Amino acid sequence: MIQTDILIIGAGPCGLFTVFEAGLLKLRCHLIDALPQAGGQCAEIYPKKPIYDIPAYPEILAGDLVDRLMEQAEPFQPGFTLGERAETIVKDEEDQFIVTTNRGTVHRAPIIAIAGGLGCFEPRKPPVERLAEYEDQGVEYIIKDPEFYRGKKVVISGGGDSALDWTNFLADGVASEVTLVHRRDGFRGHPDSVQKVLDLAASGKIRLLTNGEVVGVDGDGHLEGLTVKHKTEGELRLETDHWVPLFGLSPKLGPIADWNLNITKNAIEVNTLDYSTNVEGIYAIGDINTYPGKLKLILCGFHEATLMVQSAFKRIYPDKNLVLKYTTVNGVNGF
Amino acid sequence: MSIIRVTVIDREGVSHELDAPTDMNMNVMELCKSAELPVEGTCGGMAMCASCHCYVESEHADAMSEKSDDEEDMLDEAFHVKDESRLGCQIQLADPLEGLIVRLAPVG
Repeated sequence: MIQTDILIIGAGPCGLFTVFEAGLLKLRCHLIDALPQAGGQCAEIYPKKPIYDIPAYPEILAGDLVDRLMEQAEPFQPGFTLGERAETIVKDEEDQFIVTTNRGTVHRAPIIAIAGGLGCFEPRKPPVERLAEYEDQGVEYIIKDPEFYRGKKVVISGGGDSALDWTNFLADGVASEVTLVHRRDGFRGHPDSVQKVLDLAASGKIRLLTNGEVVGVDGDGHLEGLTVKHKTEGELRLETDHWVPLFGLSPKLGPIADWNLNITKNAIEVNTLDYSTNVEGIYAIGDINTYPGKLKLILCGFHEATLMVQSAFKRIYPDKNLVLKYTTVNGVNGF
Repeated sequence: MSIIRVTVIDREGVSHELDAPTDMNMNVMELCKSAELPVEGTCGGMAMCASCHCYVESEHADAMSEKSDDEEDMLDEAFHVKDESRLGCQIQLADPLEGLIVRLAPVG
């Protein structure tokens, strides 16, 4: 079990800055994030995009901002549980929260700070009827182990790097048959991967179906076939053992929705005094919270994190007086 | 200040006639949000989430900027994509778009 002072759900910019502000108060932090790396949206969606409204940075790339925040948090030795989704929350007899992830990692802390941004990133699922019936019965949204597809017929959908890379990989003596279905002629992946796919298709090693999309799934229990709607040639059926739709990730509020927090329009209601939620000991900061006048800006999340840790300190140490100390006077003394 | 008339048809088929300013650097996603129509605009307008996917139903293709590679790439990850699909955040409101009609694409 991982014990900490503040358990932060979400390792985006706001969660990372919380580590720094908490550290100044000698509070330790641990972060959980569903993504395999820290940085949240900044790292996952737009690492190469510039941000212009971070004070004192006229321009900074989102990925660089994450690197700087990691550097700033480093003296306070945050712990990370990455690639796991915070699933359940209960309170123990000592008034501490126990948070367990989807993979069974258990965390314990007196304070929870939800800095979950837009929620957990999950694979986009195509709107195909009866799709759910075939999940894990031939339909997979992530390729975990390519060996799983050895000797099998596989259809991949998508036009990005993961669709192209997996097509190339599985066509190289792993799967018995590989078909790539994509809605248009152009691909957005790396030019080398695109060329490789086109070469494989030209030499007949894969089947490439552009201008098409999968509109139907069938099979008795396990997936047996797909219906593909082609722009000009109408519908055709593909026999297959597996279908891997790779359409990127999109955020969902996820299990937090069931944590008995007051939620309005996918955001957690907080008191702007300290960004506390309706559940004592649970705070919500950054894009995931809402209050009158809320602005979804990284800048505002930093402010919320700073005020929140003061309140968290008083909750953990009700008898201690807290005096604001300036880093310029005291420096940053890590753990 | 210049105003154009934009019609947004929501996912229930209801038409909303909106007055859209063309001098505020606004796009169709932002216009929908300001009218509290059900458009998430998750990524904030970077053509990175497709939550503002819509169909242009009026004859305005020539009056609009061409789809950028970013927009085309994002539409690859969207569903129910048609020839007239656009991301609302990439349609900048401008005077030549007077009478624009867009229909919100299903969320899937």
